[in-house]
Formats: sequence, structure tokens, C-alpha cells
Amino acid sequence: MEFALSEEQRLLQDSICRYLESECNLDRVREAAENNVTQQAEVWQGLSELGIQGIIIPEEQAGVGLGFLDAALVAEALGRSVAPVPFIGSSIMAPVALMAAGSDDQKEAWLPKIAAGDVVFGVGVTEQIAQRETTGIKSDGGKLTGKAMFVIDGVDANMLIIADDDGALYLVDVNAAGVTRQNLKTIDKTRAVAEIVLEGAAAEVLPGSQNDREPLLKTIDAGRLMLAADTLGAADIMLEKAVAYAKERKQFDRVIGSFQAVKHMCAEMATELEPCRSLIWYAAHAVYDIPDEARLLTCHSKAHLSEVGRFVAKTSTEVHGGMGFTDLLGLHYWFKRIGLDRQLLGAPELIREQAAAVQGW
Amino acid sequence: MDLAYNEEYVEFRAEVQAFLKANKSSAPKGRMGWGQADDKSRTWQQLLIKHGYAARTIPKEYGGFGAEPDILKNHIIAEEFAIAGVRPGHSGDPRLVPVVLELGTEEQKHALVGPTIRGDMVWCQGYSEPGSGSDLASLSTKAVLEGDEWVINGQKIWTSGAQHADMIFCLVRTEPDAPKHQGISYLIFKMDTPGIEVRPLVTMTGEAIFNETFFTDVRVPKDQIIGRRGEGWFVANATLKHERGSLGDPNQLEGRFRSLVEMLKSEKIDGKPLIEFPIYRDRLLKLQARVLSMKCNGMRILTANTKNEEPGLARWIVKLLGCELNHQMAALAIDVMGELGVLYEDSPYLRNYGMWQRNYMLDLGLIIGGGTAQIQKNMIGERALGLPKEPKYDAI
Repeated sequence: MEFALSEEQRLLQDSICRYLESECNLDRVREAAENNVTQQAEVWQGLSELGIQGIIIPEEQAGVGLGFLDAALVAEALGRSVAPVPFIGSSIMAPVALMAAGSDDQKEAWLPKIAAGDVVFGVGVTEQIAQRETTGIKSDGGKLTGKAMFVIDGVDANMLIIADDDGALYLVDVNAAGVTRQNLKTIDKTRAVAEIVLEGAAAEVLPGSQNDREPLLKTIDAGRLMLAADTLGAADIMLEKAVAYAKERKQFDRVIGSFQAVKHMCAEMATELEPCRSLIWYAAHAVYDIPDEARLLTCHSKAHLSEVGRFVAKTSTEVHGGMGFTDLLGLHYWFKRIGLDRQLLGAPELIREQAAAVQGW
Repeated sequence: MDLAYNEEYVEFRAEVQAFLKANKSSAPKGRMGWGQADDKSRTWQQLLIKHGYAARTIPKEYGGFGAEPDILKNHIIAEEFAIAGVRPGHSGDPRLVPVVLELGTEEQKHALVGPTIRGDMVWCQGYSEPGSGSDLASLSTKAVLEGDEWVINGQKIWTSGAQHADMIFCLVRTEPDAPKHQGISYLIFKMDTPGIEVRPLVTMTGEAIFNETFFTDVRVPKDQIIGRRGEGWFVANATLKHERGSLGDPNQLEGRFRSLVEMLKSEKIDGKPLIEFPIYRDRLLKLQARVLSMKCNGMRILTANTKNEEPGLARWIVKLLGCELNHQMAALAIDVMGELGVLYEDSPYLRNYGMWQRNYMLDLGLIIGGGTAQIQKNMIGERALGLPKEPKYDAI
């Protein structure tokens, strides 16, 4: 019985964090954000050399063949660095969909390319969680018609995985006739979501998803878990920054961290956040090892991290005082990242309802 | 990450389960262990010591089971007793026994440990004073050495169980001229010593869980001290550490949560169970996420302990978060009951004997006791996050 990261996992996380600290520092992030770049090419290339794009893809398909805990550690590191890269949709959700429902030919065709960083996938499944301005997506004889909103990593994608109204998953080429893409600007400039309008666009179904919602649900679970881990990383660094600022900033001839009002804000952030780390480790471990518990744990990870993330984002900003509100410190990049994570793939209220349903409540 | 137990532990778990199945019926009810001293509790405790489910690592020569320390086996015992809903055993007063074993003389170990773990010697703690709560080290109950005896004068408060206790372990000021942390000694003495008066302190629950304890010229033999003169603060810190570890226990959180779910399923409004109302259900789910994360946090601490690593923040937060979570669970249970949730004492329609109402108040006491939530936040801020202490002023 050992509830801890392995030596390899610590090394993996260290190497990614070190890489991102040097190659994806705030200046880089800022530069990308100001130029509306949501896939920072050099960082994406560097991560590719570390094997990140194929982290959960089996070795037979040229991936690294690691598990979801490893993937969650990567997502956490990316959240820490607010890295502008299409990891969650392209490197996690798309492979999960392909592995769960793709034919052998589809797996052979796409998984090695994803692992090599030769293709970026956008994933549009939001309509299956909650429809907003859309009327859904109809499939008819291998063609899709409708509108997919908030397609994760959709802006930089060459290929798409889109769910239809029955929850079946389809491969769609972004450049196919009848596909129109529009960038939806969000508060978070480090990642982008797209709207995809389909008008009789050619689509290839993932056969395992045709009469079975499980591949769709697995894809959503994987995305939610990664969003939770991303929030953990972003919130963790917001806490670190608040503590560092409280140790350095002086008012009334004292560092502000010596005032209990400020100290207690920091302590509350740490108290809320620390157990989240263990929750995500457990949920990620459960995906392969305790499958009966995986969905419940994933729902709770996403919903709970959304709540704790929001608290930390707000509190850390307050600890920084007026400076926290400015663009100068760049704290808002993490604030906004956490804000986007919260809403994607279901806000906490919706996800808790699913967690209740999973338990028959 | 490997959550499976190896064969030795799988077998051990099976043994514990078999024991519980066979002996469950003779276990006393209720959850307080070491403070109770009725015959049924004593017999149960004896049985547990015999099988190694209580006082497990305390050496045989002092009356324990004498097993090698094994954190996982302790964990399995705690977990299985919690799942079975059976009152676990104890290793004597958890605030005192580890201290005697660590810092007591050979004679003290023989005289105190055995009777304490058997439940024949019940203790109360004399730390807090009316003027010394969070700032415990400012305590002023004094002891003066006259010949071979300490003469003690002063007052303690929050002495839980003092009315039933045989003995007290007590912090007193013996070196009035030393700096405040270095002027304290840790004395132990009998509660029937002349000059001790115990007055029950009725709390908001309506029960006298605590007491005020007064000392007037209480005479105690000189050798009834643990550690040396003036070292009492450091002796006491060892015990505070043990007490804090036990508040906010994840097994207890999980047990409470299960009862809470049962309540939402059984309690109805207009014939419809409360769990079918989205607003109540959402509150339940929010709490479930917290309970699960504390369970996982507990596993992380357990692993750190088995590897002899310092769990750091994961440990510092347990008391603060665990006690708050217990209180929030009780709060939801009361809201689920609505008007029924304010019935009390021997009222008709009472659910679960009024357990939730009582816990809602008692848990607030636990948020305050054993280091208030605010003191916990200071410790997390200062010791775990490295923030500076508040500067000291002479007077305000």
C-alpha cells in the first residue's frame, strides 16, 4: 500500500516543470497572448520531445503508454505555467475517444500522428453536457449538420472529434467542405475554444460509440480530470505567489504576511488546496486501477477543484492588493485560466448532479 | 501509487474482520474510549489488548500487546472497526501514555501505563486556565517546593472528565523568574488529593463535559513530575501533538457522511425524500467531495508515515478542515430535518436520539478546542508556509 508518486512520476513532473519554467515563462505567455497565439509552436515542439503528446497513447501506436496519473501531473505542470498548448483536447480527450471507440484502422491512422505531434485534434462534446445557443448536431448518412460550441483546442486543430445528438463520436476534417470555424474569444488568452458549424460535412463515425455512450462519457471524464489538474497547478502557483508577496511587501513597517488577516488568507488557501492534490491523484489512479470509482471521483475532482480554484484565484489576487488587479504582475493569467477550467465540460452544479446520478441518488 | 495491500496485510485484515464478526456483540456502544471506565468498557478493552487491537505497540512489560510498530496494521484496525461500527480500543489516554513512555522514569512507566491502558486509571488534563487559552504558556497556576512536596495553588478550566478522573496531568509554573516557556513543570497527581475542587462547567449542549478545577494548597510528592523542572512546556508539546492528530480523523468523517446520506434518504417532505430535492442534494455532494479528499489526504499521510517522511501541509490542515467538515455535516443534517432538527432532550419525533443537534454544538466546541481554528491558521501560516510571526508588543 503506497499512496504517493513514484520516483519516475516525480522525475517526469520535475522535468516538465523545469522545461516550462525556462521555456514558457510569463514573458513568453504574455507574448503569445498578445498575439492571440494559443499554440505556442516552440513550447509545443519542446513538449513533443518530452513525449507529452503521446503520454497516454500505447507504445504500439508510438506513444509513451503511461497512465492518467502521469497525464494529470503534466496537466498540473501546464496549469502552473499557464502554457498556451492544446494538451487537454488533443493529447488526452482525442486519444481516449479513439482508444475507446475507434476501429483498428482509425487508431493506426491517428494515434501515432497525435503522439508525434503531427496533428492537433479539437474535441466538441459540450452539447452532450448542456446545450446553450445550439440545437445540437444531427448525423445523416455519414454527414453532420449542426453547431458544436466550445470545441476544446478547436482553434489550432487540423482534425476534430465531434459528438452528435445520440452521443456517437465522429472524425471530421477541419478543411472538409461544409465545415466553418470561428474562434470564440474567452477571458483566458492562453487557450482558445472554437465554434464549429457543420453543414452536411463528411464525417467518419468511431464505430464503438454508435450504440454505446460509454466512449463519450470516458472522453468527457478524461477532459474533466485534466481540467481539474490544470486548476490544481494554476491555484498552487497562485498560492505560492501570494505567500511570496506577503513575505516581501511591507506596510506599516511590517511585511504584510505578519498580519493575521493576510496570514489567515494564505493558510485558508493552503488548507483548501492541499487535500485536492490527493483527490486528483486518487481519481487519476482510479481510471485504470479502480474503474468502479473512477467516474464519481472524476466528477468530484472537477467540481471541487472548480470551487477551490475560484476561492484561491480570488484570495490570492486580494493578497496582492491593487497590484494583483493590474496587468503588471500577470496574476490574471492564472485567474482566468482557472475561470475557463471551471466552465468547460460542465460547471460544478451540473457535474455534482451527475455525481449524484452515478450513485443512484 | 499502489493501493493494494500485500499478503501479510490482507491476512491481517481478514483476522481483524473475523474477530469483529465473532465479538461485535460484546462491544460497548458509543464512541468515547479512553475516558470511560465502566465494567463493560474494561472487559472489552482487555479483550482487545489480548488480541493486539488495543495498546498494540506498548511493551508487554508495561501491560501492552508488545507488537512491533506497524502503521499499516494500525490503519487496518482503525478502518475495520470504523466500517463495522464497533467501538475501537485505545492505548490509554493518548495525551498521556506516549509522554510517559517517552519521557517518564522506569518506575513511572510501570506504575502508570498498565492501569491506564486497562481503564483502571482515568486521567484528566490540566492545561488551560481562565487567563491562558490560546496563549497557554502564560499560565499562572503555581507550584512551590516545600521540603519533599509541591504545594499547588491556582485554577484550571476545560478539564474534561475531571469529575470521574483518578489522576490529573497538569502544567504549573515552578520557575516564576524564568522566561514563560521555561518556567513550567509537568506534574501528575491524584484527583482525591486534599485541596482539589471540581465544579462542573455546563456547555451549550446542556451537558457538563468540562469542569473548572481549583487547587488550594494541594500537596504532591516531589517525584510526581515528568521530565525535569522547567521542562514542562516541552513535555506538554509532545502531548499536544498526539491530541491534534486524533481530531478530524477521516474514518470518522466517512462514518458521519454515511449517516448523513441515510438521513437524506429517510427524511421526507410531503412524502418525498430530501435526497430528491436538488438543493439539499447539492449540499450533500459538496460535502462528499470534501470527505473524499480528506480520505485521500489521510492515505497520503499514512504513506508518508510508513516511509518516515514528514507529511508537511497534508498533516497541518487535518484538525482545521476535519472539525469544520464535521460541523458542516451536522449543519446539513439539521437543515434536512427542518423543525424536527431543533427538537432536543427527550422530545417526541427526535431523530437518531438528537445526535445531530448535539454534534452541531459539540463540533463547534471542537473547532475551538485543541487549538482554535485561528491558532491552527497561524500554525499553518507560520510553520508550513513560513510566514513571519506577529511582532510582540509589550502591551496594548
